[in-house]
Amino acid sequence: MYEAVAFYLFSVLTIGLFLITVMSKNVLYAMTSLAAGMILISGFFFILGADFLGVVQLIVYVGAIMALYSFAMMFFDATRDIKEKNTNPALVFLLGGLSALVLVLMFAAPIHSEAIQALYPMHEGVGNAQDVGIVLFTKYLVPFELAAVMLLVAMIAGIILAGKKMDQSLTEDMSADDEILIQKDEK
Amino acid sequence: MIGLSHYLIVSALIFSIGLMGVLRRRNLLMLFFATEVMLNAVNIAFAAISHYYNDLTGQMFAFFIIAIAASEVAVGLGLLIVLYKKYGSLDLDDLASMKG
Repeated sequence: MYEAVAFYLFSVLTIGLFLITVMSKNVLYAMTSLAAGMILISGFFFILGADFLGVVQLIVYVGAIMALYSFAMMFFDATRDIKEKNTNPALVFLLGGLSALVLVLMFAAPIHSEAIQALYPMHEGVGNAQDVGIVLFTKYLVPFELAAVMLLVAMIAGIILAGKKMDQSLTEDMSADDEILIQKDEK
Repeated sequence: MIGLSHYLIVSALIFSIGLMGVLRRRNLLMLFFATEVMLNAVNIAFAAISHYYNDLTGQMFAFFIIAIAASEVAVGLGLLIVLYKKYGSLDLDDLASMKG
């Protein structure tokens, strides 16, 4: 009962928030609703019994990725509304709706599910974190180490790309600054 | 009772919202947001299948997807900052420099 209530609440809220993310013209609104939607998605993981995944989602997505986005937004002009030239919005909605229909049909269709056997079954009476740890450090050790190297490469790449010419101001010769100056003059 | 197909349908809906965003957006930062939405939708599907088939493989894949998303954001935002320094805009139409 509670699972059903939580599921429907989370799904309606997540879909609404992600619609705001996709439709909003303001970067700040889009980012905030994306962060809120990610928190609610970790709620899905907790319902599904994937506790460790839920915590990782909260720490990595909401904690790290959204913080990274908000730091990056300081480089861009976030207060101005984004003007986007949509050549054919009806076609986009048609394509999105069609792909939604195809995906729903694919998932709702009777799949070949009887043949699926659990490769690494979960154990009764063992916490999710222990189970995940044992499988991650035995069966998935090589992908885990590769992911670690990949994150290191990404970190170095991010530092080098973003840190280039860090001593120069980004907005020095931008028109946004001129607007602020004009506003000051008017006052 | 909530079954596997409920989760898969929600995941498909969120995925198509993200796909619609990718098709619709012309701003690179907003395009990144839409890809994040798609990655999260796939994670829900993986976690749901992992729960209903009592298998940990789905959760493992979700972990690696999260790791890939984190590194993608780090590199992508670095590139966005470089692009913004060079062109002063993140609009895809402004960045189309190879138009014939």
